[in-house]
Amino acid sequence: MTDARNPGAQGPDAQDPEGADRQGLDARLVVDRGGFRLDVALTAAPGDVVALLGPNGAGKTTALRVLAGLVPLSGGHLRLDGVPLERVAPESRPVGVVFQDYLLFPHLSALDNVAFGPRCQGRGKAEARALAAAWLERMGLAEHAGAKPRRLSGGQAQRVALARALATRPRLLLLDEPLAALDARTRLEVRAQLRRHLAEFEAVAVLVTHDPLDAMVLADRLVVVEHGRIVQEGAPADIARRPRTDYIAQLVGLNLYRGEAAGHTVRLDAGPSITTTEELSGPAFVAFSPSAVTLFRDRPTGASARNLWRCEVAGLETHGDQIRADLTGELPLAADLTTVAAADLELQPGAPVWATVKATQTHAYPA
Amino acid sequence: MTPSVRRTRRMLELAGAGAAVLLTLSACSSSSGSSNTASDASGSASPKLSGTVTVFAAASLQESFTALGKEFEQQHPGTKVTFSFGGSDTLAASITGGAPADVFAAASPKTMATVTDAKDAAGAPETFVRNQLEIATLPGNPGKVASLKDLTKPGLKVVLCDKTVPCGAAAQKALDASHLKLTPVSYEQDVKSALNKVELKEADAAVVYKTDVHAAGDKVEGVEFPESAKAVNDYPIALLKNAKNAETAKAFIALVRSAEGQKVLGEAGFLKP
Amino acid sequence: MTSPDEPGAAAGPRTDRPRRRRAGKGESGGTTPRRIRAAGRRGVPLPLLLPGVLALVFLLLPLLALLVRAPWRSLPDQLTSTEVWQALQLSLVSATLATAVSLVLGVPLAWLLARTEFPGRGLVRALVTLPLVLPPVVGGVALLLALGRNGVIGKWLDAWFGITLPFTTTAVVLAEAFVAMPFLVISVEGTLRAADPRFEEAATTLGASRFTAFRRVTLPLIAPGVAAGAVLAWARALGEFGATITFAGNFPGRTQTMPLAVYLALQNDPEAAISLSLVLLAVSIAVLAGLRDRWLTGV
Repeated sequence: MTDARNPGAQGPDAQDPEGADRQGLDARLVVDRGGFRLDVALTAAPGDVVALLGPNGAGKTTALRVLAGLVPLSGGHLRLDGVPLERVAPESRPVGVVFQDYLLFPHLSALDNVAFGPRCQGRGKAEARALAAAWLERMGLAEHAGAKPRRLSGGQAQRVALARALATRPRLLLLDEPLAALDARTRLEVRAQLRRHLAEFEAVAVLVTHDPLDAMVLADRLVVVEHGRIVQEGAPADIARRPRTDYIAQLVGLNLYRGEAAGHTVRLDAGPSITTTEELSGPAFVAFSPSAVTLFRDRPTGASARNLWRCEVAGLETHGDQIRADLTGELPLAADLTTVAAADLELQPGAPVWATVKATQTHAYPA
Repeated sequence: MTPSVRRTRRMLELAGAGAAVLLTLSACSSSSGSSNTASDASGSASPKLSGTVTVFAAASLQESFTALGKEFEQQHPGTKVTFSFGGSDTLAASITGGAPADVFAAASPKTMATVTDAKDAAGAPETFVRNQLEIATLPGNPGKVASLKDLTKPGLKVVLCDKTVPCGAAAQKALDASHLKLTPVSYEQDVKSALNKVELKEADAAVVYKTDVHAAGDKVEGVEFPESAKAVNDYPIALLKNAKNAETAKAFIALVRSAEGQKVLGEAGFLKP
Repeated sequence: MTSPDEPGAAAGPRTDRPRRRRAGKGESGGTTPRRIRAAGRRGVPLPLLLPGVLALVFLLLPLLALLVRAPWRSLPDQLTSTEVWQALQLSLVSATLATAVSLVLGVPLAWLLARTEFPGRGLVRALVTLPLVLPPVVGGVALLLALGRNGVIGKWLDAWFGITLPFTTTAVVLAEAFVAMPFLVISVEGTLRAADPRFEEAATTLGASRFTAFRRVTLPLIAPGVAAGAVLAWARALGEFGATITFAGNFPGRTQTMPLAVYLALQNDPEAAISLSLVLLAVSIAVLAGLRDRWLTGV
């Protein structure tokens, strides 16, 4: 996961952020709703694909609905290509939405679903249908034009939904968990297609997901939302390497600790210290991958005392041919090892183990 | 109704029409339970009367019969008179269907015939009052209706009773006798509905009974017409065969036919037989 | 309703593999529902079967009695009488018009109740159902007081336009619509509440105004519910008696519908009343069965 694609190779990210108030999206979305407050600032240039990533209930979907005009703003502002949209009705916004379960109109064929938007924008029936046919063609769905949504597979329905949203020529495309409704196999295929279509899309795209992989594959920039606030944003690779909250660390599969750095040592708030290669001072995060952890049955002799902790197995979980061990003790951490190694170590809940991590495999950065 | 119809009806009652069964049962128990209770309050020479008398009577008799019922209960402590007022046809149908009643007072000989034909009456019915038609108009008679013929004036909204109910049949008889052709706006299902349409000012006039005009007070104005004499309605009263309390029922009929009863009925607009 | 192709199915998350789905299309129409039905028959629990059958008997017995007691010999004479045909025709026409009125006004009302928030909505919903609990005769009197020649509104209709409603066929339609519309509103509102409002949102994001979204998306989606409500309303209108005779009166060919004819025939010719009832029954069963096949199960 840490080998996520390099953001520099993707999209026209060269645009000056100052220019965003002219073209693209410039928004600060504030929604107060009975104890829940959403307050996120979002800017994006045309061509950007921004992913809102966060746990359930973080407010991602609310943010999306605010952008679409389905939920009113309590405060803040919303400008698209320099035009204020706060008071614009959802049907008049140049915004297209791909809903989580697509919401294709079940009584209309795929073609008429896609033609629906152009029809509402005042195009004639024949013109709208021709336009819709072109979009379906582009999505590789020409032969399914006459099919009712219930006859389409999940992946096909997703593409029809995308075509339907794009057929209105939106300046802002919103995708709510675009892949969540698909099974694992279809998902892989559809994700690749969606990535291609999003890369071709010339305006701003904002997608909401709780799946880090989707976010990292599809987006140029991640905005991580927790409890209605942005906790971190940046290029996917940066976020994957330098998570700033437990949620993100877990998402990207890293052990994350916070402490006070002094030189090559970070003294954790919890007690033990971690030796790192980076030289820092002041509050800092330390992260390392579970696969960087080596486990021993007995205290390894000859190994340096650095980054060596006495732990106890709290739980074991199988991931393919890997086993993830959940450890408690001096330093709570997750460690990945092969099933063979796990058998050699006779790992079982309650078993004492020694865990070590090489300093070169940790990564420290200022908090 | 044929005997077989009645049998089916009873079977249905047994099977499901619980309400009817319960009514029958309660009527039985209350009359049999109290018929043995001696009551010495009445000093009259006639045998002691007690128990409940159930009287089915035409709707037009409601006011006067209710008054007579009260008087009867006063004269004969320990007795109770309960009434069921309604359209004579409906009442006749329920009597032949087995409804528990002691006395039937109908608004027409025809409806009484339904009961006597089914052999549900004990003895021959006797006419106790007569009722005459009268025109009911809006208060102040804005349509200036003075005769039956005036009702045929164009623009006047007249309601008649349907020909299937006594007041409608009588009105038709009067119209036929005077060779008048009257197209009403509606043939109402009973006399009260016809009167109601005038009371609500939806119709300008209705042909109803004198007693109905009387009962409506100043909400309508009555216009008598001579042709009504050709369509006078006789009201027969009869003791029913299945009467649970025949003695008391007979006494009530006697009260209705007495001078005292006739006075009460006369005040309501009925004519002497 | 055992059809796997209910409209809601398309909205649900798709977890099926596409190939499976496509291949299964041919079979699912045939074998799967049959299997379900067969399984259902085997396991009918007695506490459901007995009351269910009892209910059926209870509902059908009176109708059966009508058939048993029907004067079959004089039936042909009854059926050829012009009064009967007049009444039947008037009944069908007025019930259909009343249903149309209920649809045109009732569906929007149902939408308002289901999809908008306004103060006192609960009270409004209760008021809508009022005609259901009101004795129809009282409903008729209420209509007279409102729309009669001397009524609250009717007074002005008469004074300004010279329109008086009582004793007209229009009054029959109004009286029937008054008692029938609540059935439609309640039925449609229930369907609307069960329908996913997000389809309307989806339409909105595609540029549809709320009305367009309603017309082009919601209405087709709730069509089965609207049809069911319309059938209920039509049936209620066809059998309507109390409000009609009170508000519209009784005049053959103009306001005398079948129920009125039946009631009045009952006064002096019960056999004729039974014949008329049979005609009304036969026609309603024919129409309802026809509509059911076409609308209610075909979805």
